[in-house]
Parts: sequence; C-alpha cells; structure tokens
Amino acid sequence: MTDVANSGAPAAPKAAKSLLTQDARTIKRNRAETRFKMYGIAAISIGMLMLVILLTTIIGRGTGAFQQTFITLSVPLNAEKIDKTGNRDIEEIKKVSTFGYAPLLRDAFALKVAELGIETDLSAKDMANLLSKDAPATLRDYVLENLDQIGQTVEFEFLAQSRVDGYLKDRVDRGSIANDKNISAEQLDLVDGLLAAGTLEKRFNISFITGADASDARPEAAGMGVSMIGSLSMMLVVLVLALPIGVAASIYLEEFAPKNWITDVIEVNISNLAAVPSIVFGILGLAVFINYMHLPNSAPLVGGLVLTLMTLPTIIISTRASLKAVPPSIRDAAHGVGASKMQSVFHHVLPLAAPGILTGTIIGLAQALGETAPLLLIGMVGFIASNPPETIAEGLLSPNSAMPAQIYEWAKRSDPAFYERAWGGIIILLVFLISMNAIAVMLRRRFERRW
Amino acid sequence: MGYVTMRSRAIASGGGDARNLHSLPSYYGANAAMMIAIPSLLVMVLWMLLQPMVIQNTVIKLIPDQMVSEGSSVGLVMSDVRRIADGLDAAVAQGAMSGQEAAGLDAVETDVRSRLADVGVALGSDVQAPILAAAQKYRLLSQSWRAAMVAVVLVMALAGLGFAYRQTDKDFRARNVVEAGVKGLLIIAASLAILTTVGIVFSMLFESINFFRMHPWQDFFLGGSWAPNFRGNSDLSILPLLWGTLYISFIALLVAVPIGLFAAIYLSEYAGPKVRSAAKPLLEILAGIPTIVYGLFALLTVGPFLVNIFGRGDNGVLGVDWMSGATSVLTAGLVMGIMLIPFVSSLSDDIINAVPQSLRDGSYGLGATHSETVRQVILPAALPGIVGAILLAASRAIGETMIVVLGAGAIARFSGNPFEGMTTITTRIVSQLTGDTDFASAETLVAFALGLTLFVLTLALNVLALYIVRRYREQYE
Repeated sequence: MTDVANSGAPAAPKAAKSLLTQDARTIKRNRAETRFKMYGIAAISIGMLMLVILLTTIIGRGTGAFQQTFITLSVPLNAEKIDKTGNRDIEEIKKVSTFGYAPLLRDAFALKVAELGIETDLSAKDMANLLSKDAPATLRDYVLENLDQIGQTVEFEFLAQSRVDGYLKDRVDRGSIANDKNISAEQLDLVDGLLAAGTLEKRFNISFITGADASDARPEAAGMGVSMIGSLSMMLVVLVLALPIGVAASIYLEEFAPKNWITDVIEVNISNLAAVPSIVFGILGLAVFINYMHLPNSAPLVGGLVLTLMTLPTIIISTRASLKAVPPSIRDAAHGVGASKMQSVFHHVLPLAAPGILTGTIIGLAQALGETAPLLLIGMVGFIASNPPETIAEGLLSPNSAMPAQIYEWAKRSDPAFYERAWGGIIILLVFLISMNAIAVMLRRRFERRW
Repeated sequence: MGYVTMRSRAIASGGGDARNLHSLPSYYGANAAMMIAIPSLLVMVLWMLLQPMVIQNTVIKLIPDQMVSEGSSVGLVMSDVRRIADGLDAAVAQGAMSGQEAAGLDAVETDVRSRLADVGVALGSDVQAPILAAAQKYRLLSQSWRAAMVAVVLVMALAGLGFAYRQTDKDFRARNVVEAGVKGLLIIAASLAILTTVGIVFSMLFESINFFRMHPWQDFFLGGSWAPNFRGNSDLSILPLLWGTLYISFIALLVAVPIGLFAAIYLSEYAGPKVRSAAKPLLEILAGIPTIVYGLFALLTVGPFLVNIFGRGDNGVLGVDWMSGATSVLTAGLVMGIMLIPFVSSLSDDIINAVPQSLRDGSYGLGATHSETVRQVILPAALPGIVGAILLAASRAIGETMIVVLGAGAIARFSGNPFEGMTTITTRIVSQLTGDTDFASAETLVAFALGLTLFVLTLALNVLALYIVRRYREQYE
C-alpha cells in the first residue's frame, strides 16, 4: 500500500536534502530546546545565588558582633571614694552607686592619656565618655567581689562605647558624626592616639555569646547568653512533652487505629495543623495558657507549650513514616512467638524505628528553635532579660526571651550598632540549627536500615 | 510499691512458678500501679479544676455589694482577695506571722498593707475589713479543701491497691488489662491533635464573638479603613489589611512560582543524579532558614538596596524617586518569594516525578523534543498537582509573619503602588496583641477576629490544595 501511495505522490522537496543538514524548523525547535534548558539552569542558579547572598550577608554583617573594642586602663581603687569609713563593710560599699565609680574612671583615663603623651583638648569627662556606660558597673561589681583590692591599682579592660567600636569597624566615620552628640571629632582623634599606643584594641568578645541583653544606650554590652538559656529551656519543654505524646499518637494511628471516621478526622486534623500559620498558635497560647490558665506571661514554659503544639504534627508525621518503614515480617515474627500486639510494637517495632523518630524529632526541634511569631504574642519580647536564671524552675517560669525574639528585639531598635548584634545573633542561631540538622543527618546515615 | 508486691503475690499464687501464671509477672505489678495511680490522679486533676470555682462562689457571697463599686467588677475584687490571701500565705511561710495570727488579723487594728509589704507582697491600696475577712475565709477554705483532697486521693490510691490485691491471681488476665490501659493512653495522645484544633477555634471564636458585640460586623468585613485608636471608637476593617496581604503574597508568588517551577523541571527532567543530589538539598536550605532571618534580610539588606535603585531621586541608580522607605510591598514580596522557592520546587518536583514514564516515552516516540514533551505532555498531566503546590505556597505566604512585620510597613491602605509600605493581617495581629493588652477593648479583640479570618483562609487553601494533590496522585496509581 505504501508503494502505491509513494509512486503516486510527487517526491517531497525535503527528501532532496541530506538528513544531516537541519531545516529551519528543526533549528528553531532545537533552539527552543536549549532555551528551555537554560531557563531551568537560570532558575536554579537564581536560587543558589540567593542562598549565597543571604549567607554572605549574614556572615559579612554578623561577624563584627563577635569582636568588640576594649580599652585597657589601670584604675586606682581609691579607698576615699569607695569606702569612706574605711572598715571594708560590704553593706556600706554597696551603697556607693555606679555614679560614685565614674570619677575613678575619669581620673584613670586622664592619667593614661597623660602617660601616653597624647595631646588633646578634651576634658576628663569627655575622655571617659569613650568608655561604655557599662564601665562603672563593671568596676563596681569587681570591687564588691574583691574587697581586699581596695586601695590598690588594678588593670581593667573596659568596653569602649558603641560609636568608638563602630569607628574601628568602619560603621562610623568623621563625616557621619557631624550631628552625633555621643561622639566628636576630637574624641575620634584621641581614639586614633590610643589605638596607636595599643591601649585601645579590637578583639574577640566572649560576652556577646554569654552575656545578657542591655538597654538602648549600651549596645556594646548586649549579648545573647540569657536568651539562649530561654531558648534552651523552651526546647527542654518541647522535647519532654512533644516526643512522648507524638510517639504515642503515631503508634496509635499507625498500629492500632481502626479505619473509621474518627481516625480519619484525626489524620486530616494533623496534616492541617502542620500547615496552620505559626501566629495562630501564638493566639492560642495567649488565649488559653495566659488568659485562661493564668500561667506567667513571657515564661519559657508557655513558649515551650505553644511550640510543643506546633512541633507535634511534624513529629507525628515523621514518626509514622519511620514506623511504616519497619517491615511487617518483624511484627509477624513477634506475633508468631506469642507476643501480643502491644508487645510486638513496644519490644520490636519501636526500637527499630527509633533512629527515624529521633531524626524527625531533632528536625522538629530545629524548626521550633527558629520560630518567632508565636513568641511575640506571649510576650517574650519588649523587655530586657538581664540575669540568667539560677534554677531550672526559675528558668521555666521567670520572664525570659528567646534567641529569635532577641534578634527581633534588636532589629527593632534604632541604633545601627544593634543591627550588627542582630546579624551576630543570627549566626549563633544558625550554628545551632546547622549542628542540629547535621546530627539528624548523621543519625540517619549511621542507623538507617533498608529492608 | 504496689508493682513489687503484686508481682511477688502473683508469683506466689502461681505456686512460685511463673509458668503457671496467665501473664508475665511484671504485668501484675503494672496492673497494680495502674489501679493505684490512674483513678487517684484523675480525682486530683478534677479536684484542682473544681476547687477554685467552688471556693470562689462561697467567698463572693462574703463580699458586700457596695464593695463592688462603679467601674470595677466582682472579678477585680476577687483578685484583690486572692492577692491578700497569697500575701498571708507568704507571710506565714516566711515566719513573719503565725498561722493563728494570720487567721485572726483585724483590718482596723493592724496595718495589713505594711505588714504584707514587709514580706514582699505589695498591695495597691489599704485593705478594707470585708475584703480581709473574705481573704481569710478564702485561705481557710483552700487549706481545708487541700487537706480533703490529699485525704481523698490517698483513699482512692489505697482502694486501688486493695482492688488490685484482690484481683491478682494466677488466672487473672493482667496483660489484657494493662494493654487496654496503655491503649487508652495512646488514644488520648492521638486525640490531643483534635484538642489543639478545637482549642484554636474556640479560643479565637469566643474572643471574636466578644469583639463583634463591641464592634459592628459590617464595619469589620465591609468597611474601608483601618485606624485603631486606643481611646476607642476606631475604624477596624479587615479589607485594607486583606489587600496588603494578598498583594504581598501575589508578588511573592510571582517570584517563587517561575523560579521554583523551572528549577523543579530542570531537576527532575534534565539534571543528572549528581547535580540533583547536590542542588536539591541546597535549595531546601532556603526553606529551613528561620523567617526572622529573612525578615532582617528584608529590612536591612533588600530594603535599602531597593531604595538605592528606585528611590533617592538623582542620587539613586535610576534617578527616580518612587520609593521613600526601606519597608515596602516589594521588599517583603521579594524576600518572601525567595523563601517560597523551595516549597514550590520540591512539591512540583515530586509531582513531575510521579508522571508515568510511559507518557514521556510516547511523546519521544512521536518525535517531540525534550522541551516539547515537558511543555505539552508532562506539564498538562502534572497541572493539578502543581496548582496544589502553588496553593500551599500561597497559604504559607498569607500566614507568614516575621518577614512582613519587619519588611512591609505599618500603614493600611488601598494602593497599587508596590513601592509603598502596606500592612497585612499578621502584622496587625502582632501589633494589636503585643505590649499591654486589655481584653475588654475592641482594639485588642479585633486581633482574634483577624486571627480567625486568617485561620479560615489558610485552612481553606490547605484543604483545597491537599484535595487536589490527593486526587491527582490517585489518578496515576
């Protein structure tokens, strides 16, 4: 039949050309093909580029927070100023407020400048202003702890104020301080002098990691330590509540639940809860835990409860997946030697699924650790968490912040010095998240079993 | 304790040989522990819930009506009573007062306020006699009730022990009983999910109803402006907020959908296993970064960058002056788009992978190029699933909080200009509920109505998306 059709029709003009040369349409189609592929590559590269930009921004802007400018001063702990009666009575020395220590610093600073031979027109007060407003408190705390040092000269390293710190980190320059009443050009000249003399230097600042938040006027003294404790206590609550409840719920749903409408409702519920916006959980926490149950405001316990409710769906979903991955032959073998259903689950299936459950739990915890929005509603922002809690109960019940909430708090303040701290806080937060995820991946690699 | 004794009793009843028992000895012990613990714990919890209510009702009768003055309520007076009672407890605990003395205090003769201040309990005003009497009654009642509770719980526990003792016998099917109990616990854990949902809905529903009592619903759903005013009588309409929310989400999807979709197509159709195994987790890192990081990125990096391009008049890159502040719809939308890329890409990737190979082979057999196959065969086949993925991403975008709180601005308005700041439902929830909140004003309660709307909106999107995705999966199974 084909022969007949061919012989009847005139030979197509195409046939005259070699198969190896492409006609216009093929070229067009092939171009479209390449273009399409390029779109895909472009899309992925944009995604990667964004990731790189994000990470470089974080690292570039945040590493500064781990360094701080310090000024080394020898302060004579003048007994006449601190301990007027001279009997070294701690109660009396406590009565001297931080204002009482300021003159000591002023004198020490003037002495230092004179010693180094730096010429300046500044008054002693203006010179001492280069120090952080935290410095008198540092001095006072030291004196209260070391009463025997009164009357002697002790060498201290004080934080420099944030503008000086910004000057060393190129955040502040002579042009930008024209209208700044916190620092003047003469003071910057003095900073240059001190820098050359080695009295003033920029180095690693451990108190950013361990310290507490500070008020608006002292960005140089603010640290993440206390909010880190807040976050960790919340994670403790989440772990203690979400892991057992989540595992119990998934064991029931996966192993025991009969197929009926009730279990269907529970399942749909869980998958929907996983997609509810986190702020809604914050509203729930505010209405139920704080307003109705009168739990203390801003307490990590409440934050932990809210985050538990948020994390439960994640844990349930991953636990069910790892229970499902245990082959039925294990259960059948257990039943075969006379184990009850409950025994087969608790003695055999659960231990085999444990690595998967643990991985899911760690990932759930990592999510909870980075969550901010619900914490805003239950009041874990807007105040300064100044002292680390002393006991676990206090850590759970006394007001505290959390790492992401602390970052938010810093981002809302007006002084750019706090922005640097916010980026630095993000680095700490990401270090936690990355290490948690790395542990999860390692667990999966180490214990994953394929049947 | 019950565990150990019952375990040994069971062994004894089996004639010292565990093989004669119906269940393993430990089950008899567990049974006893269950019998002891569960009823008494249950009673304890119930008691703790009921006790405050009963005591409150008795004490309220003690408070004369004239004490409840204009502008205050019984609840306020009761909280005074409670605070004084707590103060007396603290005083006794610290040894500043004896128990007798605390019960016999007289408001006229002693200055209760200063004595309580000595032990660290600050009271707002001087204590009046009826309130002090009520507080003393309150203390007395709660003490006696607490003692009664301890007694009842102990009796329950002993009864449980006795019951378990009688039950324990070699023919007693302890394992079955214990397992039924454990199963009950598992069921309770599973239903906690439902409880959470119910909690969410009710907590918002009640406060929303309160809100609509104070504020006309017509204004909330149909009004045109959002201008909260803490003196009351403010315009609280959701429409401008909804507009801001949808506008920002739209821009976010405009960024995320093309990038995410093309990335998914490339990863599933073109990329080799090596590229795929490297690129996919890297893209998913974007989804794992906490939203506060994106918020900061929007506020401090993207915002100023955009101002540099579109703002600042002659000093800017384009020399135009369209944008005045770092917070804008565009800022928030772009950053949110970056966050959503992995949501779209990994869901679409799964869905494209689920398209049967036979469809591809058929298309190649007809002479289609790879891209033609993708565009004309695979995408139409995967369309329902991709729409589901986009809807899921949209619900994420609508419920996202931190990025818009930091990046989108605070002024509610209807405007099509993406360079202006706008505000969203989630930002307003945060701003109405942070700080000192007064649960009697419409300005605070509106947050619950907003939250409920948000919940319903995202829930509807999720259910729809899950439904579509599930239907699509069934199609190819």
